[in-house]
Amino acid sequence: MIPELGNFSLILAFCLASLMVVIPMAGAVTNNQLWMSLCRPLSSGIWVFMILSFACLAYAFLQDDFSVNYVARNSNSLLPDRYKFAAVWGGHEGSLLLWVLILASWSYAVSLFSKNLPLDILARVLSVMGIITVGFLLFMLLTSNPFERTLLNTPLDGVDLNPLLQDFGLIVHPPFLYMGYVGFSVAFAFAIAALLSGRLDAAWARWTRPWTNAAWAFLTVGIALGSWWAYYELGWGGWWFWDPVENVSFMPWLVGTALIHSLAVTEKRGVFKSWTVLLAIAAFSLSLLGAFIVRSGVLTSVHAFAVDPARGMVLLTIMLIVIGASLLLYAIRAPVVKGSASYTLTSREVFLLINNIILVVATAAVLLGTLYPLIHEAIYGEANRVSIGPPYFNTIFVPLMGLLAFVLGVGTFSRWKKTSVSYLKQQLSKILIASLAFGIIIPVVVTSEVNISAIVAVVLALWIVFASAKDIFDKTSNKQNFIKGLKALSLSYYGMQLAHLGMAVTILGICLTSHYSVERDVRLAPGESEIIGDYEFIFEGATLVQGPNYQADRAVIRVLRKGEEYITLEPEKRLYFATGAVQTEAGINVGLFRDLFTALGDERGGGSWVVRIHYKPFVLWIWLGAFLMAFGGILAVMDKRYRSKKTVAQAELVNSANVNSTPKLATET
Amino acid sequence: MTAPRKQRMAIVGFIVAGSAVAIGLVLFALSEGINVFYTPTEVAQGAVPTGQNFRIGGMVKTGSLRTGELEGTLVEFLTTDCAIDIPVSFTGVLPDLFREGQGVVADGYIDSNGVFQASQILAKHDENYMSAESVAAMEASGATCDP
Repeated sequence: MIPELGNFSLILAFCLASLMVVIPMAGAVTNNQLWMSLCRPLSSGIWVFMILSFACLAYAFLQDDFSVNYVARNSNSLLPDRYKFAAVWGGHEGSLLLWVLILASWSYAVSLFSKNLPLDILARVLSVMGIITVGFLLFMLLTSNPFERTLLNTPLDGVDLNPLLQDFGLIVHPPFLYMGYVGFSVAFAFAIAALLSGRLDAAWARWTRPWTNAAWAFLTVGIALGSWWAYYELGWGGWWFWDPVENVSFMPWLVGTALIHSLAVTEKRGVFKSWTVLLAIAAFSLSLLGAFIVRSGVLTSVHAFAVDPARGMVLLTIMLIVIGASLLLYAIRAPVVKGSASYTLTSREVFLLINNIILVVATAAVLLGTLYPLIHEAIYGEANRVSIGPPYFNTIFVPLMGLLAFVLGVGTFSRWKKTSVSYLKQQLSKILIASLAFGIIIPVVVTSEVNISAIVAVVLALWIVFASAKDIFDKTSNKQNFIKGLKALSLSYYGMQLAHLGMAVTILGICLTSHYSVERDVRLAPGESEIIGDYEFIFEGATLVQGPNYQADRAVIRVLRKGEEYITLEPEKRLYFATGAVQTEAGINVGLFRDLFTALGDERGGGSWVVRIHYKPFVLWIWLGAFLMAFGGILAVMDKRYRSKKTVAQAELVNSANVNSTPKLATET
Repeated sequence: MTAPRKQRMAIVGFIVAGSAVAIGLVLFALSEGINVFYTPTEVAQGAVPTGQNFRIGGMVKTGSLRTGELEGTLVEFLTTDCAIDIPVSFTGVLPDLFREGQGVVADGYIDSNGVFQASQILAKHDENYMSAESVAAMEASGATCDP
C-alpha cells in the first residue's frame, strides 16, 4: 500500500509540475496576474508530494519491504537502520528520486524567498524549473520507477547495499552533491527567464547571486566529502583520481566558480551580461552531462550505475533539448554587446575576466580529457580503446591553477573601472617579497631539502594569504580602531576573503601531500615493522572478527613515535555476507599536520599481509580549504543587502548610472 | 590607434595568446597522459614496441597467480584472452576484486623478456562488473574458454 502511495504522489507531482510549466508562463506572456501567482502554490504542492514520495520509499526500506524491486536490490534485513535509510539513494532509481526532490526543494525555496522579485520573473523562473522537473519525473516514471514491485515470488531477503556505500560518507555525500548540481538549475532558470523577458540587467545578477553562491557552496562540500570518502574508504590512500565521474562533478564546479565571479561584475558594473548568461547555462548543462555520464554507463567508472542504454538515450534527449533550446534562445535574445561601461586593462573587471578565462580553459581541458576516450572510440572503432590518465590532467591543471592563484592576489587590490599600475606595484611589491621570502625559507628550513614544486606552492598560498590580510588592514585603517573597521566590512566581503583563504589552504594541502608523502606498500609478517621518519609501525597480525553483516580480517598495527607507544591502528578487510564482496577499511590517525594511513592489502601466506603504510602531511588541509570556501559562499549568501527591499531599485540605479559613474575611490592610505 | 581600440586589441591578443598556450598544453598533456589499450593477442603479434606504456586487459588465468612464495609484495600471474597468455609482474597491493578467473586491466609495459611489468592493476568496484576492455579482449580473440 505504502509504495503505491509513493508512486501516486510521484504522479501527482508530475501533474502539478506540468501545470507549473504551462500556467505561470502563459500568465507571464499574457500578463495575467492570477495565472502568474499560481506558481507559488504549485511549487509548494510539488514539494509536498515529492517529500511524501521520498518518505514512502524510505519507509519501504526501513520496513524491509522486499516486494519493492529497488529495495530488494539495494537493501538487506541485516543492514543497520541508518544504512537502510541511506540506501534510499544508494542506487539509480532512488538517487534520481533524491535528485528530483532536491529540484523541487530549490523551486519551493525560490518561491519562498521571492518577496522582492517581480511576479512575472518569478513565474518564468519557476516555469523553467518546472520544465526540468517534468523531464526528470517523466524519465523516472517511464524508465526508472523506484516503486516497481514484485508481488508474486517476493524475495525473502534483499541483495544488500554495495559495501562501499555502507559508510557515513554515503549518507552525506550525494545529498550535498545533488544540492550543488541541482542548485545550478536556479541560476539557469533565472538566466532563461531574463532572456525570455528581455530584462538582462544588474537586478537580474543581484537576484541570481545568492542562489548561485548557495549552490556552489553545496557543490564544494559535496565534492570535498566525496574526495574524503574515497580517501578513507577505497583504501588506496589517494583522494582524487581524475575518474570520469569525479570530473563531471568538477566541471560544473569550475564553471560555477567562474559564474559567481562574473555575476559580481555584472551586478556591480553591468558588463559581461551575455557572458554571465552563457556561464549560467553552461554550469547547469554540465550538471546534466554529469547525470548522463553517471547513469548511462557510456564511461566506465567507480560510480557508474547499472548500465542501461535506454536510460542513457532518454537522458541524452533531455540534455540535448535543454542545452539546445537554451543556446538557441541565447542566440536569439542575448543582447548585442554594447560597451555601456568602460574599463581599462588593469581594472578589476579585467582581472575577473582573466579568472573566468582560466577557469573555462580548465573546464574545457577536463571535458576533453573526459570525453576523449569516447571520441577516439567513435573515430577509430570499438577495438581501439584509449584511456586518459592523471598525467594529462595534472599537466594542464597545475600550471593553470598556479596562474589563477597569482591573478587572485593581484585582483584583490584592483579597483573597479580603473586601477593605476603604479598603485598595484606599490601594493603588491611588499607582498611579493614577503611571500617569496617566507615561501622559500619555511619549506627549506622545515624539511632541510629544496623541493621546487613545494616551494612554488607555499609561495602562491602565502601570496594569497598576505594579499587578503593586507586588503583587510587597508580597508580598516581609516576607521577609529581595528575592531570598528572589521565590523564595518560586509558579510559578502568576509565571504570572499574566507573563500580565497580556503583556496590557499587547499593548494597547500594538495601540493604538500603530493610532494612530501611517504608511501610504502610492504609485506609484513606478525611482529615485523616498518619505519617512516619518527614513526615505527609494528604489525601485530590479523584476526577474524564479526560485524553485523560482514566478517573481517582486522589487523592490529601498533605505532611508536620516537620509540614510545603512540597509538594503535586497526585497518580491516571485510567480507560482506549477502554479496560476497570484499571491502577495505583503512586505519587512519588524523592530524592537522599529518595523517598516518594504513590499509590491509592481501594475505600472502604464513600470516603475512601486504600492508599500505602512508605518511601524509597536510592531507587534511585539502578538505579544510574546501570547507572554508563553502563557508565563504554561505557568508556571501547571508549578506543583508540581498534581503533589503531597496535592492531592486538600487540595482536599477546602478544599471542606469554606471555609464557615467566616476570610479569609486579606493580607501587608500 | 585610439585608446579603446588599443584596449580591444590587447584583450584580443591576450585571448589569442592564452588559447595558443592552452592548446599547446593540451596537446602536450595528451601525448603524456594517453594510454592505448591492447589485447594479449595484439601484444603477441608485436603491436606494441618493447618499453612503450600501454594498457592490457583480459582475464586472470585460473591457477596462474603466484604471491606468497615470491619476495616481498611481488605478484605474478597470466592474463589471457583465451587465445594467448601474457605473463604479468606487479609489485604492490592487489585490488579487492582481483580474482583468478575474473577480468583484469593493467597499466605498464612489456620488458625485454616479454613480461608485462604492471605499474598499476585497476580496481573495479563491482563484483558483477567486467571492464569494457576485458570484454573487448575476449570478443576480439573470438576464443572461448573457462579461464
